[in-house]
Amino acid sequence: MNAAPLLAVEHLTIATAGPHGVPIVDDVSLQLDAGATLGIAGESGCGKSTLLLAIMSITRTGLVHRAGICRFDGLSLFDATERELERIRGSRIALIPQNAGTALTPTIRVGDQIDESLKLHTDLDRKQRQQRIVELLDAVHLPTPATLARRFPHELSGGQLQRVAIAMALAAEPVLLLLDEPTTGLDVTTQLGILDLLVELRRRTGVAMVCVSHDLGVIARLSDRMMVMYAGQSVEEAPTSSLLRRPAHPYARSLIASIPRLSVGAIPAAIPGRPPAPGSAPAGCRFAPRCTKAAAICIAAAPPLSEIEPGARAACHFPDTAPLIWPAAEGHSKHESASSKPLLAIDDLVVSYARHGLIERTMRRPTGANAVDHVELSLHPGEILGLVGESGSGKSTILRAIAGLWPALDGEIRFAGKYDLDRPAATRERSVLRAIQLVFQNPDASLNPRHTVREILAQPLRLYFNLSRAAMAYRMSSLLRDVRLDDGYLDRYPAQLSGGERQRIAIARAYAAEPDILLCDEITSALDVSVQASILHLLRDLSGSRGTACILVSHDLAVVQALADRIAVLYRGRLVELGPAKGVCAAPAHPYTQALIAAVLEPDPDHDAGRVPAPRERDDRVSAGCPYAGRCSIRIERCFEEMPHWHDVATGQMARCIMLPGAVGAL
Amino acid sequence: MTDRAAATFVARRLGVLGAVLAKPSGAFGVGIVALHLVLALFGPLFVPYDYAQQNVDTMMLAPSAEHWFGTDRLGRDVFTRTVLGGREAIVISTLATVIAMAWGGFLGIFLALVGGRIDEIIMRGVDAMLSLPWVLTVMIFVTALGTSSSVLVPVLGFSYGLAVIRIARSAALDFVARDFILAAQARGERRWTIVIRELLPNVRDALSVEAAMQWSWMILGFSSLSFLGFGVAPPTPDWGLMISDSRGLMAVAPWTVLWPMAALSTLVIGINLAADAFAKVLGVDRTRKVPGQ
Repeated sequence: MNAAPLLAVEHLTIATAGPHGVPIVDDVSLQLDAGATLGIAGESGCGKSTLLLAIMSITRTGLVHRAGICRFDGLSLFDATERELERIRGSRIALIPQNAGTALTPTIRVGDQIDESLKLHTDLDRKQRQQRIVELLDAVHLPTPATLARRFPHELSGGQLQRVAIAMALAAEPVLLLLDEPTTGLDVTTQLGILDLLVELRRRTGVAMVCVSHDLGVIARLSDRMMVMYAGQSVEEAPTSSLLRRPAHPYARSLIASIPRLSVGAIPAAIPGRPPAPGSAPAGCRFAPRCTKAAAICIAAAPPLSEIEPGARAACHFPDTAPLIWPAAEGHSKHESASSKPLLAIDDLVVSYARHGLIERTMRRPTGANAVDHVELSLHPGEILGLVGESGSGKSTILRAIAGLWPALDGEIRFAGKYDLDRPAATRERSVLRAIQLVFQNPDASLNPRHTVREILAQPLRLYFNLSRAAMAYRMSSLLRDVRLDDGYLDRYPAQLSGGERQRIAIARAYAAEPDILLCDEITSALDVSVQASILHLLRDLSGSRGTACILVSHDLAVVQALADRIAVLYRGRLVELGPAKGVCAAPAHPYTQALIAAVLEPDPDHDAGRVPAPRERDDRVSAGCPYAGRCSIRIERCFEEMPHWHDVATGQMARCIMLPGAVGAL
Repeated sequence: MTDRAAATFVARRLGVLGAVLAKPSGAFGVGIVALHLVLALFGPLFVPYDYAQQNVDTMMLAPSAEHWFGTDRLGRDVFTRTVLGGREAIVISTLATVIAMAWGGFLGIFLALVGGRIDEIIMRGVDAMLSLPWVLTVMIFVTALGTSSSVLVPVLGFSYGLAVIRIARSAALDFVARDFILAAQARGERRWTIVIRELLPNVRDALSVEAAMQWSWMILGFSSLSFLGFGVAPPTPDWGLMISDSRGLMAVAPWTVLWPMAALSTLVIGINLAADAFAKVLGVDRTRKVPGQ
C-alpha cells in the first residue's frame, strides 16, 4: 500500500456535545483503497452508523467531531469548506441510507428524484438525463425502466425502492459508496437480490464500498475486509474470510459464534452481560467484564489495536488464533409429536383484513386476497412448531386469530379438542385465555412504559389466579428467577431495562399465566444476535421443563430450525410445506422453501448462498392455483390453474407442488 | 404500590416541579398562581375594609394611602374587593375543571379504545355540540335553573368537557395501537381496566397539562358569565362583575376597572406560563393540533 489510499480515517473520535461529552466513536482508524470494500460489523449502539456518517463529515445533531482526521482523496474533510463538501457529497461519495424507501419523497416520481441528483452533479441536458435515468434503472435490474421512472415511491415494493435508492446513489458515478444496513428490513429472497446487485455493480464500476451492518452474513458477502466494533472502538480488523474463520478478539469470536446457522442447527452460545453504555466503559479493555479469558491486565490496561498477523489487527492482550469450532448439534431430544391428541387444531382457517360487505359475511365466502387462506395446522402438547415465511405471508395473522385479536372469516380453531376459539378474546372463558399466551416481537411496545416490572407481572396473576399477597410475591420472584433475573428488577420501569431484559420480562409475563400454548411472534427479531441466543436458550429451557407447546413465528429459518420440532412454510397466506425441522431444512421440497433456504446468508466465507435456479421473469398474473406460481422457477402453465394437493415427500414431510416427482400423476 | 415505587413516584413528581421552577417562565407562572391562591385563601383575614360597605363620602376616590386601589362608585374599597374578587371564580372553576376532566377524559380515552361505530357516532355528536357557542349553552341552563354555583359547576363542567373528549381521545390514540394494549386484550382484561390501568397512566401527563389550560379558560369563562350578569349576584365581589359594574367609569375612575382586570389577567397568564413550563418538562407537545380542530 504505497499509493495514498482513497479514504483514510485516523484516530477519529466523535463525542456527544457539551463539556462532559461522551465518545460514541472512540479513536477509530481505517483505510480504504480505490475499489476496495470494507464491512463494519457490530451490535446496536456500538457507533458503527455514526462512524459511517462521519466519513462524509456529517455528525448527527448532538454529536461533535472531537479529534482525528478523515482524508478522502487527499482532502481533509473536517477542515474542508462547506462548498468543497457539497462538491464531494452525493457526487464522489454517495450514501445509501437505512430504509431507503422512506428516504424517497412520496409525492415525486422516482425518475424525477433521480433527475434531481443528475441536475445537481452532472452537466447533462434534459434529454441526456432522461436517457441516463432509464440506463440507471436498467443497471439496477428494474423491469421496464422507462415506465417505472414515472411511478411514485408507494407504487414500488421494498426491494424495488432499495434498487431505486442504489440507482440514485450511482447517478453521479461516485468512487465511494457508503451503505448503512443496506438490506435490513427486506425479506431474505429480496435481500439476496440486492446483495447480488451490489456485488455486480462493484465489479462493473469499480466503486469502493463501506458497508455497515449488524448482519455478518451481509458483510461476508459484500466485503473483502471487515472491522468489528465494540463500544465505539474497533476491536478487530482483518480480511473478511480470515476474520470469520479465525476471529482473534474474544468479542468477535463470541459474536460470530452467537449467530444461529442453518448448517449447525443448535442454539448458539450467548454472550453474557451487556455492552457498556457510552461514557461508562471500564478503564481497561472494554470487553473485559464480559470476557471469559479476562486477566488482571485486561482490567488494568486497554490493549492497543496491534498486528497479530500480516493484514490483521486485533485489540486484545490474549488474541486467539485457533479457528472457531461449531458445537455439534446437541443430542437434546426434541419433542416427538407422537400420536397424542392435538392441543390445538386449526382447520381450513381463512382470515382477511379486507372489509367485507353484509352479503359476503352472511355467505361466509371469502373474496379477494386473504391474509390467511385455508390453512390447516395442528399443535401437539409440548411441541414447538415453527411458522416461517416472508412478510405478508400471514404468519403473524394466524397467531392473532388464535389469540382472538382478529376474527377468522372461515374455518375452525379448536383448543384441547373441545373449545372453539372462533370468538374474540373478550368473550372467551378465563381458563382458555390463561392457557394461550402471546409474546410480541418488540418488547418496547408490548410492555406498558408506565408500569413497573411488578405491575407487569401482577396483571396475569391477578387476572387468572386468586393469590394472597405473599403467594403473589413468591410467584413473581420465582418467575424472575426463571428468566434469569432477580427481585431487584421488580421496581424498575421498562425504560430502565435493556432490550433483552425487556423481552425476558415479556416472556415472564406470559409464563405467569402457566400457559399450555405460547405464541411467539418474531420474539428475537428486535434484539441483537448475542442477546437473541440467550432468549432462545431461555425459551427452549422453559418450554422443555414445563411442557409448554409453542408456535414460533419467525422470518429467520436458522432460528426456527434451532428450536422447532416441526416447521410450516407459508407463502401469501397458504401453507406450502410442512414437516420435521431437520428434514425441511435439509431437503426442502417446495420451490419456495428451496428459494427461502438458499437465500439464507451464513456468516461463513465458504458459504455459497444463492445456489438457486436463476429466477425466471416474474409473472404477475393472478394465480387461481399455486400462490407461488408467478415467482416459481419451475412453474408450468397448469400451476396457475389448479391448486396442488398435499404430497408426501418424506416421513412426516409434505409439500404442495404439482412439480414434485409423482405428484403430476396423482392429480 | 410498594414504598419504593411510591418513593420513586414522589421523587419524579418533585423532580418535575423542580425542573419547572428552574425555568424563568415556569417559576414566574407558578409564583403568580401561588400568590393568587394565597390571596384567595387568606384574603378575608387581612383586607382592611368590609367588601360590601357602601359609603357616599368616599365615592370614586383615586388610589391613596387610605384606599390603595381607590374606591368605586358606591364608595367601596377596590383593594378589598379585588383581593376577594377571585374567590368565587377560583372555587367554581376548579370544581368545574375537575368535572370536565373527569368525564371528558374518561370518555375520550374510552372512545379511542373502542373505536369503530360507537366512536364515530359520539364524536360527531361532540362536534355538533362544540359548534354551538358555549356561552349560549350555559345561558340556557342558567336562565332555566338559576345562577347558583350548584348549577354553574356542572354546566360549566359539562360544556368544557366536550373539548377535553377530543384531546383525551387523540392522546390515547397514540397508545391504542401499541402492542401492550393488544397484550391486555389477549389476556382478556376488561375494557375499563384497560382504560384505567393501561391507557390512563400514559395520557396522564398530557391531561394534567390540559387540565391547567382548561382551568384558565374556565376562569375567563366564569368571569365572562359574571360580566354578563349570569354569574355571582351582587354584592359578592367578583372580577367579572366589578369590570361590568364600572365599565362606564373607565374615563373618570379607571382604577375601578383596571385593578380587577389586572388581577384576572395575571392569574390567567400565570396559569398559562406554568402549564407551558410543565408541558415542556413532561414532554407534552401542545403545539400539535388535535385532528379536526
